Amino acid sequence: MASSDGNKNTNTEPWGGFDDNIIQGTGSAVIDMENMDDTSGSSFEDMGEMHQRMKEEEEVAEEAEATEEETGEDGEFLGIKGIKGQLGRQVADEVWQAGKRQASKAFNLYANIDILRPYFDVEPMQVRNRLIESMIPIRMINFPQKIAGELYGPMMLVFTLVAILLHGMKTSGTVIREGTLMGTAIGTCFGYWLGVSSFIYFLAYLCNAQITMLQMLSLLGYGLFGHCVVLFVTYNVHFHSLFYILWLVVGGLSTLRMVAAVISRTVGQTPRLILCGTLAALHMLFLLYLHFAYHKIVEGILDTLEGPNMPPIQRVARDLPVVATAAMNAVNATVKTLVQHISIA
Amino acid sequence: IPPSHLFAGLSDVSISGDIAVEGEINVPVGTPSQDKKYSTLDEPVKDTILRDLKAVGKKFVHVMYPKKSSALLRDWDLWGPLLLCVTLALMLQGGSVDSKEDRGPQFAEVFVIIWFGSVIITLNSKLLGGTISFFQSLCVLGYCIMPLTVAMVVCRLVLLGGSWGFSFIVRLIVVTASFSWSTFASTAFLADCQPPNRKALVVYPVFLFYFVIGWMILTFSPSA
Repeated sequence: MASSDGNKNTNTEPWGGFDDNIIQGTGSAVIDMENMDDTSGSSFEDMGEMHQRMKEEEEVAEEAEATEEETGEDGEFLGIKGIKGQLGRQVADEVWQAGKRQASKAFNLYANIDILRPYFDVEPMQVRNRLIESMIPIRMINFPQKIAGELYGPMMLVFTLVAILLHGMKTSGTVIREGTLMGTAIGTCFGYWLGVSSFIYFLAYLCNAQITMLQMLSLLGYGLFGHCVVLFVTYNVHFHSLFYILWLVVGGLSTLRMVAAVISRTVGQTPRLILCGTLAALHMLFLLYLHFAYHKIVEGILDTLEGPNMPPIQRVARDLPVVATAAMNAVNATVKTLVQHISIA
Repeated sequence: IPPSHLFAGLSDVSISGDIAVEGEINVPVGTPSQDKKYSTLDEPVKDTILRDLKAVGKKFVHVMYPKKSSALLRDWDLWGPLLLCVTLALMLQGGSVDSKEDRGPQFAEVFVIIWFGSVIITLNSKLLGGTISFFQSLCVLGYCIMPLTVAMVVCRLVLLGGSWGFSFIVRLIVVTASFSWSTFASTAFLADCQPPNRKALVVYPVFLFYFVIGWMILTFSPSA
């Protein structure tokens, strides 16, 4: 499935002949994505087209030979066996060949995993370095920063986030009414990664930023490393103040790194502001959402484990409802006093 | 008559043109594979099933004592993984039927997770430059779910005795042990097919996969 025999040796001349290896793409990492800041090339379709052209040349050459032989035989037999039998068979053969060609074209373009092979060409050391770098913002924003176009790290981070979410959901007794825990976790994480990447890529396209879809996917994927760390810690250590500190610090660092990378590739104040604001807001809010929507401290368990002398901040299951009820109480009190004043007056 | 006289006159015979010659040429080479194929079609069903079961059983033994052997890879089959997956999914089904509480994973969910997880890990290992084929990898990953299935049975038995105080600790230990056994067993087969410096990249998704299955087993609570 992976190997391709793209070298056709047409050495029929006595002096050696030309070798038919015009297009040499074998699918392994020929393009060094790190050093090439190319925003126009290497999309999936381009690589698929290259591959397709190569295969088609082979197929056309093979078919030319095959049909030559066939028509040679048919010419001889046509006189003896009659036109109907042979012609029918030939037509059927042509139809089959055409259908096979179409199907293999479609298959080679979309189901060829060799298209994805260069994006997975990494070493463990590189992945580790990129994970650490994703937490370190770089200040240089006047020159385009280098963004690695790699998909292994982001995919593994998304799956890790799914696993951490599942762990958090289960230990806090989250109730999912429609759908399943697993489906929700996978849908949330992949939806965020793919959806927000596409949205920011679309905004970048509008704001004329020099970033490819692959680089955006990679950048956002590595930005999820901060999320994984924060959620892993706070799902096990239930301090709300700790969560807020980590949210600001860790989430902030990874957001700053992503924002700096995107800004360095944009020209102009307004586009920079738009991109920076959207990305920062979405990234930070996602972490907030993950913590509060999927992690409800079960009060009963905490009470029995830690006894009644707990600091008040830990008794609170969710900050938001408490704020909401406090606001409601305040509103009720003011309305009551107002009514009293009006009735007295 | 001595043979030389028989053929004496033939030396100056010349034949012009093509003369059609009829007849059959049979090369008497024994083709045992052909015979075998036809003979297994005619054998009783019991023999076929027993042979397949024996092959599956042999592979189970290989998983229990993971040595670096290529038996699992050479004759891969997907019967064992199917059996294990269905058993696990049946046992995990319907964690709690009460609609107020969280439903346990349903059969389809477990099934889909196991098979899609295996497909993704296989694709990942192929993309990283592995030399293993698609179905061989599926076979290995499926067979290495066996320790987790055993852990599921043990957890079920432990929970049968009611949820006494240390049942969680016992189940945690059992599930952790079996999940690390699964990871180690599948690594013994899969990691050999990778370039040596990328083994960690292949092992990590396998670890995640078995971790998720182990988590599903650990958090299983039967309906009251």
